[in-house]
Amino acid sequence: MAGETTRRRRLEVEDIGDIAVVNFVDKKILDEQNIQLIGDDLFRLVDELGRRKLLLNFGNVEFMSSAALGKLITLHRKLQAVQGKLVLCNIAKDILEVFKITKLDRILTIVPDEQAGLQAF
Amino acid sequence: MSVQHELSIPSDLSEARRIQCLVEEALQQWGYSEHDIFAVKLALEEALVNAMKHGNQMDPDKKVHIRFAVNDRQFEIHIADEGPGFNPDEVPDPTDPENLERPCGRGLLLMRGFMTHVEYTPPGNAVRMVKVRDGAAPSP
Repeated sequence: MAGETTRRRRLEVEDIGDIAVVNFVDKKILDEQNIQLIGDDLFRLVDELGRRKLLLNFGNVEFMSSAALGKLITLHRKLQAVQGKLVLCNIAKDILEVFKITKLDRILTIVPDEQAGLQAF
Repeated sequence: MSVQHELSIPSDLSEARRIQCLVEEALQQWGYSEHDIFAVKLALEEALVNAMKHGNQMDPDKKVHIRFAVNDRQFEIHIADEGPGFNPDEVPDPTDPENLERPCGRGLLLMRGFMTHVEYTPPGNAVRMVKVRDGAAPSP
């Protein structure tokens, strides 16, 4: 049963040109173990699948704690190191506040919607 | 009149989820806005994870003690762990440019950002947080 939990799909990835558009399956991004697995899936896109342009669509996400922010920063750094780019879009107003309070909106590229995200690369 | 709850839970993150549901229900019953409920839930998540992970080191024998009260004006919660405590003034400011890309250390900042008042009691293993309801003046 635990194996099923860890293998559960957490991301939906759609390729639009050379941009990987990533949607989160979960409405709540919580719990260290879950965040670790989401992080692993995101890093795999860069490290193993060679994606260089990632657009994370937060449209489905209703709640997210600070534990997830570390993964986004690491992902941002990974992409920077290979001349890639990370863009975040469709973030609910309350969650956007999380990025503003932590001032991560200054280092991460955040745009209102997916259309704007596709044009941000 | 306010509704008060007092309970102790093991250092188990699924218990933290249960407390969040309990608090959310209490806030909904008093008609708090979705924005206020999000703020309280986020601060609660950060505080409970801190208490269980950093305070109690996820030791299943150590508990987290919670007391909260809600009325039509404000929500107040007191969370204490059984760890040695910490000095919140010694936590590096995660918004300093040199710390901005560090992957952790933002929980306390978010608690302060989303709640009206956050106060640690020496030796730093207990925190009191208050959220004044949208549009309400704080209680004296």
